[in-house]
Amino acid sequence: MTRYIATFIVTLMGLAACSNQGPDVGAARPAPAPAAATVGLSISTMNNPFFVALRDGARAEAKRLGINLITVDAQNDAAKQIAGVEDLIQKRVPVILLNPTDSDAVANVVKEATAAGIKVISLDRAVNGAAVSSHIASDNTAGGKLAAEYLLQKLGGRGNLVELVGIPGSSAARERGAGFEAAIADKPGVKLVAKQPANFDRAQGLSVMENILQGTKDIQGVFAQNDEMALGAERAIAEAGLKHVAIVGFDATPDAVAAVKAGKLAATVQQKPELIGKMGVDTAQLLIEGKSVEPNIPVPLALITQ
Amino acid sequence: MSMTAQHKAALQRLGPLLALVAVCIALAFMSPDFLTVSNSFDVMRQVSINAVIAFGMTLSILLGGIDLSVGSILAVSSVLAAMMMTGGHGAVLAVAVAILAGAAMGSLNGVVIAKGKVAPFIATLGMMTLLRGLALVFANGSPISGFSSNFFATLGDGYVARLIPVPVVLMLVMFAVFWFVLGRTVFGRHVYATGGNAEAAKLSGVNIDRVQILVYTVSGAMAALAGVILTSRLDSAQPTAGAGYELDAITAVVLGGTSLAGGRGWIFGTLVGALLIGVLNNGLNLMGVSAFYQQVVKGSVILLAVLLDRGGKS
Repeated sequence: MTRYIATFIVTLMGLAACSNQGPDVGAARPAPAPAAATVGLSISTMNNPFFVALRDGARAEAKRLGINLITVDAQNDAAKQIAGVEDLIQKRVPVILLNPTDSDAVANVVKEATAAGIKVISLDRAVNGAAVSSHIASDNTAGGKLAAEYLLQKLGGRGNLVELVGIPGSSAARERGAGFEAAIADKPGVKLVAKQPANFDRAQGLSVMENILQGTKDIQGVFAQNDEMALGAERAIAEAGLKHVAIVGFDATPDAVAAVKAGKLAATVQQKPELIGKMGVDTAQLLIEGKSVEPNIPVPLALITQ
Repeated sequence: MSMTAQHKAALQRLGPLLALVAVCIALAFMSPDFLTVSNSFDVMRQVSINAVIAFGMTLSILLGGIDLSVGSILAVSSVLAAMMMTGGHGAVLAVAVAILAGAAMGSLNGVVIAKGKVAPFIATLGMMTLLRGLALVFANGSPISGFSSNFFATLGDGYVARLIPVPVVLMLVMFAVFWFVLGRTVFGRHVYATGGNAEAAKLSGVNIDRVQILVYTVSGAMAALAGVILTSRLDSAQPTAGAGYELDAITAVVLGGTSLAGGRGWIFGTLVGALLIGVLNNGLNLMGVSAFYQQVVKGSVILLAVLLDRGGKS
């Protein structure tokens, strides 16, 4: 019997201690002033530095604005995400920032939130099949354009280019490719000599680039739609003994940034997850104040060069 | 404190329930949103998928075995149902085929374990990997969506009497069935007997191969049912769905007081165990506890509950 009582006490103490770890929701409730609004954030996974940075950006902005931010982690599981969002609905937060694990799987719970009078803002990934108040994501098209403009400048507007495509059909591959190709379309000095999918994968980036090099070694620039493929292509180009090929990646992963510093890659396009989080909270604040917001908010990108 | 052995045993049996009640009372004080009708049904709906899998898992654990393949069976069944529906077949047929396929995958586990004399851990571990691969192959690695059936949408998202979510009703019906089968039928007695002492059960005329195959078949069918509910709830089938669900189900079973050694346990405990996990998830979210600390708390509660169980027996 004593054993049970002890467990209950330990459990209760554990719960009580935890309630202090999160935002101080209990204190805010009796006097819900507009300044102490609560916003929910459902994040796809905290097991990926990109999304942790997104969360950190949102948290810092919420703190600055005096907003209580409640974060629930879906651990890359759509069912867990739905449960978390439902909990936020029960919590009656006015706005939910939703970073979907899967664009299709969250439609039902977004409808549930909307029916409960809660506004939903999607972050980084869109929601298919239900309307949201605003979608905030990196401007991938602008990122592709940024990469193209950098290559054009670096090569003096002349040369043969290769494009390594991500998973065909994925929105990132489509948009990054569209931005890149539009920017080089009207430049007579450059020619896209090969455009091949390597599925965002380093090993495939290596083998696809090897195959392309079998066909021609007259290549001056490579745009890979993510860093993993860029790093794979770099290996193939180095092994083929080619120098002075400018390779531009996308995502600014730590590996790629190190490779840029070492002169192996020319540049990488950097997404700004902190900014996505920050703009999410800013947009939520506008919605709480009853103001209208843009349905699509592109988040600018940056270019990391040596 | 003086207690008779009988009192002690009864208390121990009710331990998980007392823990659930204690956690609920604590959460009711700590979060004003916890003890509401809509939140209670939300929690039960969130729990339903794990509970349905855990009912099946209770049987394999009662046998002294384990079924690690449930998450993968869930994914294959879910993908099959989705493919049938997007291929133009009716939802009722799709659901029936999914559950039969789950049962078939489970029976394959049972045959490998009973006839092949492979340890359940290894047999179902192999099936877990194999079936995960098949789910990815069938779905070509991508989620499948675009179902139009109202019947199918009701399974995960509908309500009975505009109040009780359909998955909760399904969970309670399955609970009643398992309660009856384990407590009132010959098959139920054979499960306990085989799990308690397979040799003795065999000598007293129990066909333990048949019991094993049936148990894993049921476990597969339950995983498939959970897959159907999940697919309806998500309005899409994900080939990666259910990864790690076997551990959630095992946790619910063990929290509920069923012994991993087999032969001892009850289905009510499993329901309580699943609810305890769900209530903790929900309550910690409502209180706004950091996602990292949530895992620390959940792990601690599981360890405490199991230590209690073990402590009482020494």
